Amino acid sequence: MPNTKRRRLFRGAATAVALTLGGTALAACGSDEGDGEAGSGPVSLTYWTWTPGMDKVVDLWNKGPGKKDRITVTVKKQASGDTLVTKILTAHKAGKAPDLVQAEYQALPTLVSNDALADISGEVGGAKEKFAEGVWQQTTLGTDAVYAVPQDIGPMMFYYREDLFQQYGLKVPTTWEQFAETARALKKKAPDKDLTTFSANDSGLFAGLAQQAGAKWWTTQGEQWKVGINDPATQKVAEFWGGLVEEGAIDNQPMYTPAWNKALNTGKQIAWVSAVWAPGTLTTAAPDTKGKWAMAPLPQWSTGENVTGSWGGSSTAVTTDSKHKEAAAKFAAWLNTDGEALNALAKESGIYPASTAAQLSGAFTKSPEYFANQADFYTKAAEIAQTTAPSAWGPNVNVAYTAFKDAFGSAAKNKSDFTAALDTMQEATVADLKKQGFEVSE
Amino acid sequence: MTTARRRPYGVKGAPYGFLLPATILFALFFALPIGYAVWLSFRKVKVSGLGLGSGARREVWAGLENYTAALTDSELLGGALRVLAYGCIVVPVMLGLALLFALMLDSEKVRFAPFTRLAIFLPYAIPGVVAALLWGFLYLPDVSPFYFVLDKLGLPQPDLLDGGPLYLALSNIAVWGGTGFNMIVIYTSLRSIPAEVYEAAKLDGATPLQIALRIKIPMVAPSLVLTFFFSIIATLQVFSEPTTLKPLTNSVPTTWSPLMKVYQDAFGKGDIHAAAAQATIIALATLLLSFGFLRAANRRQKQEAAR
Repeated sequence: MPNTKRRRLFRGAATAVALTLGGTALAACGSDEGDGEAGSGPVSLTYWTWTPGMDKVVDLWNKGPGKKDRITVTVKKQASGDTLVTKILTAHKAGKAPDLVQAEYQALPTLVSNDALADISGEVGGAKEKFAEGVWQQTTLGTDAVYAVPQDIGPMMFYYREDLFQQYGLKVPTTWEQFAETARALKKKAPDKDLTTFSANDSGLFAGLAQQAGAKWWTTQGEQWKVGINDPATQKVAEFWGGLVEEGAIDNQPMYTPAWNKALNTGKQIAWVSAVWAPGTLTTAAPDTKGKWAMAPLPQWSTGENVTGSWGGSSTAVTTDSKHKEAAAKFAAWLNTDGEALNALAKESGIYPASTAAQLSGAFTKSPEYFANQADFYTKAAEIAQTTAPSAWGPNVNVAYTAFKDAFGSAAKNKSDFTAALDTMQEATVADLKKQGFEVSE
Repeated sequence: MTTARRRPYGVKGAPYGFLLPATILFALFFALPIGYAVWLSFRKVKVSGLGLGSGARREVWAGLENYTAALTDSELLGGALRVLAYGCIVVPVMLGLALLFALMLDSEKVRFAPFTRLAIFLPYAIPGVVAALLWGFLYLPDVSPFYFVLDKLGLPQPDLLDGGPLYLALSNIAVWGGTGFNMIVIYTSLRSIPAEVYEAAKLDGATPLQIALRIKIPMVAPSLVLTFFFSIIATLQVFSEPTTLKPLTNSVPTTWSPLMKVYQDAFGKGDIHAAAAQATIIALATLLLSFGFLRAANRRQKQEAAR
């Protein structure tokens, strides 16, 4: 929930602390420069992250490998997602961005185009094989540089109420065609229930669905950007969901509202297209239905296919303002590839690791408590994660996401043409790129 | 010699010396940020090529570009019109209720006055975001107790988060939160009317209603003007209520009110230059509207006094 007042207060306090810390970092740097080597003197780094429990994970570093290398990391808890991007850019303008930041994959091009992130390919390039190719590619933006180390990922899956599916005689859909039929069949049997809802508030969900269909929203051609938000793949996705909303087969109200929580908790909505982190959300949104849900791969566009999209996920990046880039990169690599660190991240923060080796070890050998009925939850999840389609992010994802909320919000409300909304989204994104001066190919 | 010369200078300089702290604070924390915002509004970011890597992004002079873009922006105009409609509901209803409550509390027959006063004032103490969340929950058919009762009684259940009713829903939050404050302002000025005025009126045979209409309301006119002035500014700056209701419904776009558009451009799109231009325009419009109203009100009062 946007609690702007509290956030602002918090932000003010955090900036004040960051400023004083920045001062000490500068002072420390003065003595360092004599030696030239970043690792030779004691180094203190600041890390902006929204991951809960990160301070405990960082403690492991400060007491273990960090103590040995004399690199101390301090966590500054931040607001999540786009809010932090804005804050990093503002701090970067003043040359005072922290050494390390957490950033969602789709925010990386924005940060890189503002010259806020350092190329750490020299320090972390060796970590490449620890991650799936599609995940790693998001941190290179298709260049030779590496701008971040992947932390967590959100491969998308299909969640459904096992008991209610049985009660209404529904089969778990394996294609989107079957998904639509399942929605219609449920409406026939129980008119007051919905299979799921189309949420115009969740741009990331729609982007993930388009990604699964093979959409490439931002691509480069030489020195030009090409925006393909209304490409045939995304049009197919928009038409599909728009059709379901128009015929009333599914609901059109946003997700993450009190009403939505209630719908999940009372079985008014009996399925959810979500990602690997869904157990956490369901635990708080639908506590009464614990043990009644099951997870399956996302429905496919054609039989025999096996692809999924991503919803969420983030990385650890080093900023260009950092005076100790090498030390910061070392920490980022440890945090996201070291077994002990990843175990702690899973335990303290509940994240699903990007590192392929960690996806089946430690905390992930057992199903989440909410899904105690599905013993192979994480084995299945790891298999699905391998099928993630490549993503293509550009420098103004935030603009496209806002345009999505407004255009699809009114289309969902009026049950009108979703492809028209998609065109609006495309136009707004291209217009913004052009306005900023990017070269855009039509 | 020097002391003799300095003394008259010191006396002359004293007012400036006293003004200095306030002037410095004003300049540092008011004039300077505003000046910076205005300066930003004449600039823009220019990206070259793909925009990746260092030096690809430069800040350049934009002239009036941001202003023409803002003034021809249909979103901003739409937001202004929405806020106008919202203000047409909020201001009269809120001030009408505030005046009514103040007059009732001031009447001689009132009981439990301190408690009632506090009860009406209390919502003002609740932060706008909390109030909006609270009402948002009450507006959502699936979780609202009101809808539960309506459903049980078999009455129609209007969708308060859509179309026309949305304006009523948003206005309701503002009226609920703001009436108490305005009532206190009016009530305080009612209490300061000398008792002799009422005695004289009673001796002349005026009924309580006549006293209220002919004596009390004209005598609290200045505080009515003041509350009206505050309400106009608060209405033009509406932000937290629609922003809080936004995630609950498809009907509130991210640019519902002009300030939401400014916020969206600055922090959603990261275009602080366009946002600065819009903020300047909104500030000017607010200034024109509120001071225009104050001047009109003052002129009327002077005319009445001259009569």
